[in-house]
Amino acid sequence: MTESTNSRPDSGADLRHPGELEAVAGGSAVAVAGADGDRVRSVTGDAWRELRRKPLFWVSAVIIVVFVVMAVAPGLFTSVDPREAVLSEASKTPDGQNIFGRDRQGYDIYSRCIYGARASILVGLLAVIGTVIIGTLLGLVAGYRGGLIDSVLGRVAEVFFALPLLLGAVIILYTIQGEDDGYFTIVLQVSLVLVVLGWPNIFRLLRSSVLQVKPNDYVQAARALGASPTRISFSHILPNAIGPVIVVSTINLGVYISSEAALSFLGIGLRPPTVSWGVMISQATDSMRSAPHTLLFPALFLSLAVLGFIMLGDAVRDALDPKSKSR
Amino acid sequence: MTTSMDSRADRPRPGETDRLLEVKDLHVEFHSREGVAHAINGVDLHLDRGETLAVLGESGSGKSVTAQAIMGILDMPPAVIPRGQILFQGRDLLTMKPRERRAVRGAEIAMIFQDALSSLNPVFPVGWQIAEMFRQHRGLNRSDAKAQAIRLMELVNIPAAKERVNAYPHQFSGGMRQRIMIAMAVALDPKVLIADEPTTALDVTVQAQVMDLLKELQAQFHMGLILITHDLGVVADIADRINVMYGGSIMESADVRDLYAHPGHPYTQGLLDSIPRLDMKGQELYAIKGLPPSLMRMPSGCPFHPRCAHAQDVCRSEFPPRVELGPRHESACHFAQEVVRG
Repeated sequence: MTESTNSRPDSGADLRHPGELEAVAGGSAVAVAGADGDRVRSVTGDAWRELRRKPLFWVSAVIIVVFVVMAVAPGLFTSVDPREAVLSEASKTPDGQNIFGRDRQGYDIYSRCIYGARASILVGLLAVIGTVIIGTLLGLVAGYRGGLIDSVLGRVAEVFFALPLLLGAVIILYTIQGEDDGYFTIVLQVSLVLVVLGWPNIFRLLRSSVLQVKPNDYVQAARALGASPTRISFSHILPNAIGPVIVVSTINLGVYISSEAALSFLGIGLRPPTVSWGVMISQATDSMRSAPHTLLFPALFLSLAVLGFIMLGDAVRDALDPKSKSR
Repeated sequence: MTTSMDSRADRPRPGETDRLLEVKDLHVEFHSREGVAHAINGVDLHLDRGETLAVLGESGSGKSVTAQAIMGILDMPPAVIPRGQILFQGRDLLTMKPRERRAVRGAEIAMIFQDALSSLNPVFPVGWQIAEMFRQHRGLNRSDAKAQAIRLMELVNIPAAKERVNAYPHQFSGGMRQRIMIAMAVALDPKVLIADEPTTALDVTVQAQVMDLLKELQAQFHMGLILITHDLGVVADIADRINVMYGGSIMESADVRDLYAHPGHPYTQGLLDSIPRLDMKGQELYAIKGLPPSLMRMPSGCPFHPRCAHAQDVCRSEFPPRVELGPRHESACHFAQEVVRG
């Protein structure tokens, strides 16, 4: 009901117009603003109001907040050192003391699941930030300038798009990996690979949405009022074109976290002594039959995190897309 | 109307030329795979300080393209300007560097568009958008620019400007949005204001208010106003001079009363005859027969000859020269003298 009045704010509004002028004459200015019946709204404000009503959003938000806190301050969740191996209790099944049990090396699985959040989420975040920056900048240039630049960037993007993620990642990581890279070097390498292979996704998305926004009258009007190409791109086109990128990037965050797990599983992503869910899953496969709990818990954490981000992406998409509003 | 004409006559300014804008022999073509569309074929027009020039024509006559060429917002390609000059205070806009041209846009020559909703950026508050003009061209800081935005919103009679400065375009009615667009256009005291069908998207009562506002602002800032329209009613009220466009050329140019009283071109006559009149109630409305020409295949000679009752052989072969019918009254018709005598 409220939506219908919002989407057509001009219906009947002109009829009110002479009254508005009288209101000025009478000095009752505030009453006019009140008579309008709606507060100051914006696209993001509307999206936020929409989001708050969705249970899907709250569920995913809680999941994500828990994982982010886990990544930032793992000490809040466990006091057990994830690198403390008790070999005598190797492959111990869950009990009161180690609620997720211990793995083959005698590490506490619960503690490692908690500490593993950091590497996984860090890789996901860095990869998303990288793809958004590169994809958005190049997509904006290609969509706005068009012509030769567009064609060249488009073909380059297609080359990267055509590379299968795993194949490309195996090749790149084997080439750039050193023997004694530190924790952050490895995290950066894996993120970098995901960025290099993932940016065409965002590039294509933004380019097509720039092409949709560009012919709008307000872009023409901005030109007619003397805005420079840079200002037109960043002030007028980008804010109106970025919506789909936000949605897809949220979903991508989950996808990249699972890609990190896949790469680590294959032994080319993160490696011990770095703790990550992918590394844990990789190590657990050896003892999958004898000690299935060693595989179950990291896989559960991974799935929950990925699910959280994908659900958030869905909720954000619904909120940003006026057509999906069902009232 | 008469007052604005008189006040213009009263205001000769020493040392300052009154000629703001002069378009000479302007051609605009659009190149596409299907061929070349000749949108504008040799347009000449001029605009003086404080004057209102109406450019009248049906859709496809090239009136909007003329405006866009003057503003420099044609997309090139596909548009090409093979010939012509657009002189703004004696300087040719077409040969300017992009940076110089941008400095003219908005600050010296500003434009108002047809549909104010789509001409305002939906994601920013209107006040922010008006303030942008000052931040971009004048380098004002945020708070000063916002104060200017409020001043302008008050200038164009937006009620409760202080409260509404942070509202978004969709929260305003059509008329209010057009006022905001006008506020942006006059923000930097431009010398020339181009209004491209400013009231077409509005309903009739609001149209009159917006036109009154434009007239008021024009007198206040002593701007040259180019009003692009297809509405003869709007024109009669506000214009000093009218250029009638057809098929990318100016067919007739005259002071507004002269044009209504003594049209010197068959096309103008047709337009005037097709205005519904109260004393003709019950009779069939006159319409000019035929359709406007395709820009891809312009008729030879006079572009209007296929629809013209006066057409002779010479009309089919030769583009008519401009015939002077009186002071500031020209018609591009081989038989202008006969037509004006009726």
